[in-house]
Amino acid sequence: MIAFKCNVHAPEAREEHVPGLFPSVEVHGFFEVRAGCRTQNDPREKDTSMMEARLQAEFFFYTDRAEFKFKADMWTDGITERLEYDTREAWIFLRPAGFMDIKAGRQVLTWGTGDLFFLNDLFPKDWQSYFIGRDREYLKAPSDAVKISIFTELVSIDVVYTPQLDPDRYITGEFISYWNAPLGTFAGRDAKGASHKPDRWLQDDEIGVRVYKNINNYELALYGYRGFWKSPGGHTPSGIAEFPALNVYGASVRGRVGPGIGNIELAWYRSVDDKRGSNPLINNSEMRYLAGYMQDLGKDFSASFQYYVEHMLKYREYKKTLSCGPSRDRLRHVITVQLTKLLMNQNLELHISSYYSPSDKDAYLRPNIRYKYTDKITLEAGGNLFFGEKSHTFFGQFENNTNAYTSIRYSF
Amino acid sequence: MKKVMFALVWGILAGTGFAGAASSAPTADKIAHKADHMAFYQGMDAKGKIELVITDKQGRTRQRVFNMLRKDSDESKSDQKFFCFFQTPADVRKMVFMVHKHAEREKDDDRWLYMPGLDLVKRIAAGDKRTSFVGSDFLYEDISGRSPAEDIHELIKTTDRWYILKNIPKKPGDVEFAYYIAYIDTKTFLPMKMEFFKKGDRCYRIIESVKLIPVQTEENGTRVIYPTIAVSVARDLESGSTTKMTRSNMQYNVGLGDQIFTERYLRRPPRDAMR
Repeated sequence: MIAFKCNVHAPEAREEHVPGLFPSVEVHGFFEVRAGCRTQNDPREKDTSMMEARLQAEFFFYTDRAEFKFKADMWTDGITERLEYDTREAWIFLRPAGFMDIKAGRQVLTWGTGDLFFLNDLFPKDWQSYFIGRDREYLKAPSDAVKISIFTELVSIDVVYTPQLDPDRYITGEFISYWNAPLGTFAGRDAKGASHKPDRWLQDDEIGVRVYKNINNYELALYGYRGFWKSPGGHTPSGIAEFPALNVYGASVRGRVGPGIGNIELAWYRSVDDKRGSNPLINNSEMRYLAGYMQDLGKDFSASFQYYVEHMLKYREYKKTLSCGPSRDRLRHVITVQLTKLLMNQNLELHISSYYSPSDKDAYLRPNIRYKYTDKITLEAGGNLFFGEKSHTFFGQFENNTNAYTSIRYSF
Repeated sequence: MKKVMFALVWGILAGTGFAGAASSAPTADKIAHKADHMAFYQGMDAKGKIELVITDKQGRTRQRVFNMLRKDSDESKSDQKFFCFFQTPADVRKMVFMVHKHAEREKDDDRWLYMPGLDLVKRIAAGDKRTSFVGSDFLYEDISGRSPAEDIHELIKTTDRWYILKNIPKKPGDVEFAYYIAYIDTKTFLPMKMEFFKKGDRCYRIIESVKLIPVQTEENGTRVIYPTIAVSVARDLESGSTTKMTRSNMQYNVGLGDQIFTERYLRRPPRDAMR
């Protein structure tokens, strides 16, 4: 029988942060090798889809008044054949008043309710990293911005100001070949698209606002954005990609529905440089709708379902002025199903994300398997599978980029 | 008249006798509720560091460390809010797991997960409470508490040390066990051992409290001591896996505000959680 005794001693001393000149700095990061290859030949790209050895290091410390973080990646990239560097985060965080938070500097930002769909989240994405199979963390590219958050009894407000446009890291042809609509051809490494990026400091700026409130754990939010199409939303007559002005207004709600979580989000994309929709060189205005539901289906097994629609608003004008190439449909529908199953004491994760568009008749599958060999070593393998009938649809254009990858990561 | 008097006195005696018996040996339901209170509801709030060391059959270990804040709801004492700030391992470091626990059986808990790498606040569907908590041998329900209302309690034995309760689930389809036996300390009312049985009286899971510590705090201006489980061990007899849970820096009635358990602090955890 085990003896239970109540050891009487003083409660353990409280761990206090001693303010001083040398706050202790937390250092963490990982070293990773990740490689992938195309499963079919793409004459415009290398057979290798990814080949990199990456070091990520982060430094964090805080004082009584502020928090500081710096996180950067350095990697050898077998596709660009260069040593690459990227500062992921470099920010200071302040809580100057009970009702206010400020975070300034390079930071990753996310809001909205979609899972892998971004309607009101106009912060930069890195589609290139996502489609070649880098860690999911890299789907979000950092912004150089100031985020001011105000908290009141009535609502909470986030304002994010980006003084110079931070566009998506969109598909340029370097890693992933794509359908270049103005040229009516596929483009790859040989024909990396040129672009005109608005880059005037404090003039080509972006501002995003979110007003939100939690009522009985139903999360309601309104959004506004003034800036630019984040991936090229137009092109010059000679085919150079452009980033026309864009305003977005939207709303979302998320909360418990039956045994799961439901969400609805919508956004009005107002293409300000082509309000009438008659300029074929600039994206038309759109309404975007999303409805989602997720639920646990069993032990360590969850599923989510989303239905997404893009509705082109000035379709008649678009059709009338379209000069060449295949036309888009007025409505683009996409359905996603995601399944995640954990096994072996949650150390093995099987996951699949699937996208299917019945209107474009194309699809995208992302199977992924991840095994935590130890607390420090993680092994991963997965694929990005594209299918499509036509070469100009969103997922269909990437068919030749279908790839499989694997990685090993050591964390410290 | 004499007869009436005798009957009355006898009745009073019998009555007090019954009452005396009830106070020295409380009912099974009372013991179960008191044990639930002592294990999960001491103080208005609490904070501390929790370390889980999971050792599998082959002796390989994994470690999970997180700081936990807990606050009881002002309106309904049985609703609670939890805030877990993970420190290790690397793949979950700085992640925050927040739960608004609803004691009502029909109402699922609300859960959120914050992933710092993506700055993503994810809502998580309330799942099966009998699944492993962060891959350990403790189940979600072992951490957040299993409501006494879920089981029928039967006091099968009282010793100097223990009240031994047999707990039979009211909805056997919702759980993997047929019943469990709880050894409740007669002095502290803390559950010192729980043995979970499957059909055929086969014990397959044991949780033991191996170290208690007294934690001093103030309650309405007076000094009190809350006996607290400092170390407990969960053993899965089927898989051969064992998890040791150690709580340190335990503090009660620290005055945590309700605002901590909102999106603001989910995205930027309070110092209380980071230390």
